[in-house]
Amino acid sequence: MAKEEPLSIIELIDVHKSFKGQKVLDGLNLRIETGKITVIIGQSGGGKSVFLKHTIGLLKPDQGEVLVEGVDISRLNDRQLNDVRKNFGMLFQGAALFDSMTVGENVAFPLREHTRLKQHDIQEIVERKLRQVGLKGVAHKMPSELSGGMKKRVGLARALALDPKIILFDEPTTGLDPITADAIDRLIVDTQEHTNATCVVISHDIESTFKIAHTVAMLYHGKIIEVGKPEDIRSSEDMALQQFIRGKAEGPIQIV
Amino acid sequence: MIIKTIEIIGLALIRFIEEFGRVMFLFLATIVWMFRLPFRLHAIFKQMEFVGVNSLLVVILTGTFTGAVLALQAYHGFRLFSAESLVGSTVALAMTRELGPVLTSLMVTGRAGSAMAAELGTMRVTEQIDALYTMAANPIKYLVVPRVIAGVLMLPVLTIIADFVGIIGGYIVGVGLLNINSGIYIDKMIEIVELDDIFNGLVKAACFGLILSLVGCYKGFYTTGGAQGVGRATTQAVVIASVSILISDYFLTAAMF
Repeated sequence: MAKEEPLSIIELIDVHKSFKGQKVLDGLNLRIETGKITVIIGQSGGGKSVFLKHTIGLLKPDQGEVLVEGVDISRLNDRQLNDVRKNFGMLFQGAALFDSMTVGENVAFPLREHTRLKQHDIQEIVERKLRQVGLKGVAHKMPSELSGGMKKRVGLARALALDPKIILFDEPTTGLDPITADAIDRLIVDTQEHTNATCVVISHDIESTFKIAHTVAMLYHGKIIEVGKPEDIRSSEDMALQQFIRGKAEGPIQIV
Repeated sequence: MIIKTIEIIGLALIRFIEEFGRVMFLFLATIVWMFRLPFRLHAIFKQMEFVGVNSLLVVILTGTFTGAVLALQAYHGFRLFSAESLVGSTVALAMTRELGPVLTSLMVTGRAGSAMAAELGTMRVTEQIDALYTMAANPIKYLVVPRVIAGVLMLPVLTIIADFVGIIGGYIVGVGLLNINSGIYIDKMIEIVELDDIFNGLVKAACFGLILSLVGCYKGFYTTGGAQGVGRATTQAVVIASVSILISDYFLTAAMF
């Protein structure tokens, strides 16, 4: 069967991870396509965040490989890992802005760390990135003065500062009102089109998933049980998947 | 019953060794990162200001009144055998060798050690530490190194100030209130106190500065469990650092004097 494989920038092969004897990832396999938005759905506490932390080397697998551009990052030392991480931007669930710095300094942080740009140029990039996420005149504010949606925008601007090839989103719409959530969804799509970066989103927000995803993968019991285009996922016959996307309490997925 | 007791003791011992090992691991990582470029002078000065300059008032108050009360207590004892002239040297010796470094470190633990644990703990639970990792900025270099450097450098500075104001406080009480002859008071002090007494006290202070900043950072850095976890980390940092300071004080003193 000579099927042409699409290019995958991230590939997880048979990844296992346990915490205190509890299996969270149990032989997870997934290829993430370059230049597309892949959304991983699954239950809260089902290992989605653990999966995401593996792709950027915050966690190392007990067993298995995590390939980023063909390199197994679980075997790299600190310095090599840092080089790989410069290709990444990550938006955390709570935005994770440094609360001791202003918004502008937050966005400037990766630039100050990894480039030799002059203060003036950094300022200009910061302004541009903030504009890109729809913010203006907030650079001097402290993160604590911002609303949840604005924090996420700043977090995204910071993630975009170094023009990463891969952007990770940890539940970008959780805890936001529906209108703000939709705005963030659009921002993800726009950002992807604008930068052509590979986006990996983990979410349990079904509505938003089908709005933004090129590919959807379902994580269940530590494995990816189904991967496909949104329409294929919708019409999947897998019981657990159907239960999840319809949001039913009854079904194969046990409520913890 | 006996087996159960041994089991509990064994478990506690294992936990202690585990934790001690992790602190040492953080310590080694701190030393490694301390010497990697670039040096973050700005962050170091900021922490030195926080640990040092901002602790000044507390340390001056503690030092002055400790010296004063020492003079008062020593006077009551020494009067019994007409040795009032030794009050000054007793105060000075006690301050420089013991109370200056120990009390300063305990006050700074309460002020700055707790704040380090709370700050880093909050950064941990709000994923700011993870964010540093993802931006290829090592949080040990960025957060722990400046705090530990500030602790080690500033504690001797604060201690020498505490020594000084303690001796002044003792003088005010001894000479001003209790009418000990000023000339004898100072003369005896100069005769008995040696430079080594002061110097060894400062070495102790540097060690205590390392302990309080390292424990504060360690507890904060490995915080788990949200707001409650941050509270727990802060309390533990203060208790563990204070007890470690007092225990290590005994051994340092035994080794040095």
